[in-house]
Amino acid sequence: MDGSTPVRLTIDGQEVEAPAGSTIHAACEGAGISTPTLCWAENLTPVNVCRVCVVELEGSRALVPACSRPAEDGMEVRTDTERVRHSRRMVLEFLGSGVDLSQAESLHAWMEHYGADPDRYADEGHPVERISEPVKVQDELYVRDYEKCVLCYKCVEACGDDAQHTYAIAVAGRGFDARISTEFDVALPESACVYCGNCVGVCPTGALQFKTEFDLRQADQWRPEEQTVTRTVCSYCGVGCNLDLHVQDERIVKVTSPSDHSVTSGHLCIKGRFGWEYVHGE
Amino acid sequence: MADVHLGAEQATEAERAAVDAALKRYGADPVVQRRTERLAIGGTARRQQRRHYLLPALHSLQNAAGWISPGGVNYIGEVLLVPPAEAYGVASFYDLFRTDPPDHDGDTVHVCVDAACQISGCEELAASVAAAGGHVHRSPCLGQCERAPAMFVQAVGGPDRVPADEPADEDGDGAGYRLPQAGDPGLRLLRRIGVADPASLEDYRACGGYEALARAVEMGPEAVLAAVADSGLSGRGGAAFPTGVKWRAVAAETGRPKHVVANCDESEPGTFKDRVVMEQDPFAVIESLTIAGLATGAAQGWIYIRGEYPLATARLLGAADQARAAGLLGPDAAGRGRAFDVAVWRGAGAYICGEETALFNSLEGFRGEPRNKPPFPTTHGLFGQPTAVNNPETLINVLDIVTEGPEAYRARGTERSPGTKLLCLSGRVRRPGLYEVPFGTRLGEVLDLAGGVTGSGELQAVLMGGAAGSFVGPDSLDLPLTLEDAREAGTTLGSGVVMAFDTTVDMTAVVVRIAEFFRNESCGQCVPCRVGTVRQHEALVRMAERGELSAQRREMLDDVAQVMGDASICGLGHTAASAVRSALDLGLVGAGSGAGLGRN
Repeated sequence: MDGSTPVRLTIDGQEVEAPAGSTIHAACEGAGISTPTLCWAENLTPVNVCRVCVVELEGSRALVPACSRPAEDGMEVRTDTERVRHSRRMVLEFLGSGVDLSQAESLHAWMEHYGADPDRYADEGHPVERISEPVKVQDELYVRDYEKCVLCYKCVEACGDDAQHTYAIAVAGRGFDARISTEFDVALPESACVYCGNCVGVCPTGALQFKTEFDLRQADQWRPEEQTVTRTVCSYCGVGCNLDLHVQDERIVKVTSPSDHSVTSGHLCIKGRFGWEYVHGE
Repeated sequence: MADVHLGAEQATEAERAAVDAALKRYGADPVVQRRTERLAIGGTARRQQRRHYLLPALHSLQNAAGWISPGGVNYIGEVLLVPPAEAYGVASFYDLFRTDPPDHDGDTVHVCVDAACQISGCEELAASVAAAGGHVHRSPCLGQCERAPAMFVQAVGGPDRVPADEPADEDGDGAGYRLPQAGDPGLRLLRRIGVADPASLEDYRACGGYEALARAVEMGPEAVLAAVADSGLSGRGGAAFPTGVKWRAVAAETGRPKHVVANCDESEPGTFKDRVVMEQDPFAVIESLTIAGLATGAAQGWIYIRGEYPLATARLLGAADQARAAGLLGPDAAGRGRAFDVAVWRGAGAYICGEETALFNSLEGFRGEPRNKPPFPTTHGLFGQPTAVNNPETLINVLDIVTEGPEAYRARGTERSPGTKLLCLSGRVRRPGLYEVPFGTRLGEVLDLAGGVTGSGELQAVLMGGAAGSFVGPDSLDLPLTLEDAREAGTTLGSGVVMAFDTTVDMTAVVVRIAEFFRNESCGQCVPCRVGTVRQHEALVRMAERGELSAQRREMLDDVAQVMGDASICGLGHTAASAVRSALDLGLVGAGSGAGLGRN
C-alpha cells in the first residue's frame, strides 16, 4: 500500500479516514471518540498489556487492543458495545481490587464512566489478595511504591529500549506476583540506574514518584492546582531539551519535558531532571 | 568490560565452568563482542546474537549451584551482554529456576499435584518423599498422567531424572515400552513404538523410517505443501489450525531466514502424548521436522522441549546426532543441496511457553510472555522471522501423508476430521496410557478401550482437552470424538486429554486445583488474566469452604470468565475459566454438589 494513502474504516457506524499507519486508537481520537488507556503513551512502543482500550472488531473473536492494532481499510470497529464496556469495567475493577489507584488520576473518571466497583470481590469480610509491600525510599531522588503499581511496563520501556537503554529494571516473577525489580531486588543506587527519572516521568499511577513530590504529599502539602508550569530550555549542554518547571510556593517541585518535544520525546537526563537546586541557591 | 552494569558479586569457578560448557555445547561463539555502543547492542537489537543463549546459560547455573546466584548472573552479563536486571527477570519467570539461595542441599523432587495425580495419592507421595529427607516442590502437571502420581527430580551437579523412567530405560533401550494397544494393526502414528529401538537409526529405518523424507525430496516443496493441505491435517495442540495453510504462508515468505519449530513444551494438564512420541519415536519427530523445513523453505529447525522431560530430551539429542552423522541433518539434509539442521532448547517450567509466541520469547532469551497477534508467526515468528510451529503429534502425521498420499490418509477418520488422534487416557480408568483412534470414535468406546471406569465403576465426569478444556458428564459417552462434534457439544478435544472421574472423586477439590493452576501459570502480562485467575481461584476456594456458591458469586465468576475470554492476550486467559464454568454448569461443583474441601 502507498504509505501516503489514508485508510478508511468504520468506527461506531461512522466513516472515518485516518493517516496510513495509524492505530485504531489514533483513528478513534481523530474521530473524536476518546478511549481509556493506561499502558499506552505517545512516546513509548505500545505493549498492549493493560487491555483497558479494547474494542470490538468485526471478524475477530476476541476484543482487540486499540492502542497497538493498526487501522486497516474496511475495518468495522465498535467502541461502546456491551462487551467492550464489560471488559473495560472489569479491567478497571481488577486493577482497583489489587492495587492502590488513589493517585492514578487519569483512571478515576473512566472508573466512574464504566461503573467499576473494585470492592465487590471481597466475600463477606474475606479480603481478596492485594499487592502489599513497603514503600522503597533508597535515595534522595526517587520513591517506589509498588502497592500502586499496575504493571503497565512503561517504566521498563523507558529505562530500556524506548528511551534510556540502561536496563536497570525489568519485570520479575510471574503472574500476580510479577513485580518491577532490579536484579535480585538490589537497592536502586547499587543497580545500573543512572537516575534519569524517565521511569518516574511515564508512571501513570504514582507508584514511581520524585522524592520532592512524595515528601510534599506525606506532609499533605502537594497542591497541583496551585502549581505553575514554566517552559524553559535546559542550561547544561547544547542539546536544547525543553524543560517544564513545576513550581509551588516559589520552589521547583518537579521537572518534566513535553512528550511531543522533538528533542526529548518527554525524556530527560539526570541533570535536566534533577540538577535545578542551584536555582534556589542550594 | 562489557558495557552492561554488573554487580560486585563474582561467580564461583563451578558456575563459570558450567556456563562456559553450556555455551560451548550450544555452539555459541566463545568470543564476546565487547562493544561499547550500548544503543547498537541493547535489548531487542541483540536478538539472535547471543541473547538466545540465556536460557541454556541459566539452566547451567541452576544445575551447578542449585540456584541462580547474583555472581552467576553477573557472569552471564559479562559473557552474553545481558543486563543483570533482565537476566533476573527472565530467571524469576520460570518454575525450575530459583533466585534465592536454596534452604537445602542437593536435589529437588517435583511432585505433581494436578488432577490425575491429585486423585492418585500425590499428597501421600509428597509426604513419603519428605519423610525420607527429600526436598519436595509441588509441581504443576509433569506430563506423566498415565503413571500417576508423578515425580521429576531436578538435580544439582548431575542430570535431571524421572524415577519412573528407571530402570527399564536405563540402558537407552526402549524395547521394554508397551503401549496399551501394542500389536494393534490399526496403529498409524504409534506403530513403531515398542517395535523400533528409539536409540537406533537403523531400527527406525527398518520400520520405514526416512522413506517419507526421501519421498518428499522427490516430490519437491510444492507437492509436499499440496499433500499436507489436501490431507486436511490440522494442529493437534488444541487450536486445530490447518497445517497446510500455516506451511503455505511460511513457504510464501521470501528474502528472510525462516524457521520451523517443534513445540515440544506440552504442559497441558492431562497431556503426555508428545512425551511418549519423543521418548519412543524420536527419529520420527526429527524426520517430520526436516520435511517441514523442506516444504516451507526453512533451513533451521528448533525443538523447544519442556524442562521436565529429560528422557525425551536425551532421546531427541541422540536421534539428531545420529541423523547428522548419517547426513540426514546438515548441508544436504533436505536434498538437492538444501541444508537443514535442528537445535534443541530446554524450557524451564512454564505452561505459558507452549503458547507459540511465548515460546519464541522464551527461546530468544526473554520472559515467556505471549505477543499480541497479529502479526502472526508465519510472518513474524522466531527472531521476528517467518516461522511454522507444530507439535510432535501434528508433525509425525506428515510422514504418512507424504508416503501414502492424502487420499489414503483421509480414509481414516471423518470427512471434516481426517486421520487418527492420539488420546491421553488417565484418571479412573483401568489401563491409563496413550491411545490412538480414528477421529469419530465415541467417547464411551475410548473409555472401554482403556478398560472402563475404576473406583466405584460409575462415571461422574470426563475432563476433555485438559485444564483448558471442559468437563462432560456421563451422558456424553456417545459423543463422536471429532473436532466438529466436540465443538458442537460445547467441548473440545484440545490436546487429546480424556481424564475420567468416578463418583467417589471430590470434584470440588479438582476444580479448585484447576483454578489454582491457572493462577500460578498466568504470565502476569495482561490484566484480565493476571487478576482474573486470582479472583476466580479465590471465589472457588470460598465456595469450597462454604459448600455452596451464591447466585451473586456465580455472576461475579461469569463476569471474570467473560473478560478473560474477551480481553486477554492469549489462549491461556481465553480458556482459564472454561473447565471451571463447565463444572459449574454440570453441577459437579457449586450449589447442591455437596462441595467440600475433602481430599482425594
